[in-house]
Amino acid sequence: MKIDCPLCGTRDSREFSYRGDATYLNRPAADAGAEAWDDYLHNRDNPADRTDDLWHHGMGCGAWVVVTRSPASHEIFATRLAKGTGA
Amino acid sequence: MVKLTAKSAAHGLLPLTIGTVQVTEVADLTLTAIAPYKGKAAQAAQALTSAHGLDWPQPKRATGNGPHAIWFGHQHILLTGAQPDPGLAKSCAVTDQTDAWVVVDVAGQGARDVLSRLTPADMRDGAFALLDTARTEIQHMQGAITRMDPDRYRVMVFRSMARTLVHDLQTAMESVASLSA
Repeated sequence: MKIDCPLCGTRDSREFSYRGDATYLNRPAADAGAEAWDDYLHNRDNPADRTDDLWHHGMGCGAWVVVTRSPASHEIFATRLAKGTGA
Repeated sequence: MVKLTAKSAAHGLLPLTIGTVQVTEVADLTLTAIAPYKGKAAQAAQALTSAHGLDWPQPKRATGNGPHAIWFGHQHILLTGAQPDPGLAKSCAVTDQTDAWVVVDVAGQGARDVLSRLTPADMRDGAFALLDTARTEIQHMQGAITRMDPDRYRVMVFRSMARTLVHDLQTAMESVASLSA
């Protein structure tokens, strides 16, 4: 599996580590309430066609990358820097 | 008073020549990480140019001839071979990295083949031109490779990994040399 780092170009997946769903970019405000925090921490959709994941290019440039990919086919549709894309 | 003797990171390990490839340590190279503060990227680039005559490097690129400015990852660069101008601190976080990294030059015919055994980054001419740089994995170590000359690559890993780097380079060099023996 290869991932297109927006900065470094196409690199082997061994340079990346997986964090989880890109939901983590949208951290609720501290006073958003239990329901918002419950959603943020625990509740995920589980779509088969397309997900946004957070990957860290730790063995490379150190950037966080949002990877849009298919959990079914493993096809990667798009990648972008996580920076500036959160709430 | 105890007198301590300064040792370079690869002291006693280099130089090393196997086949047509040589590895030499680049000791005493001043290294400074420069990371612009939020919204200060343009100012930082200007400060670097006026103080050091270096263009701010784009991702995957290095600039300079003598002192170099090497792109060193997301939103920071590494100034090598020059004492940083104090004025840079107005727009950037400036961190001394001298002695934090071991710096070696891998040179000679086949240097690229040696590196290709250690990194997943594409080292071919079309993908890695002169003064191109990569933050990448070097045999399980987080490192950096910069192409200084057509047949000379500057390789950096954390200082504590110096012996491992030399060992991995040696293994790769022996393997490349055995193919042409």
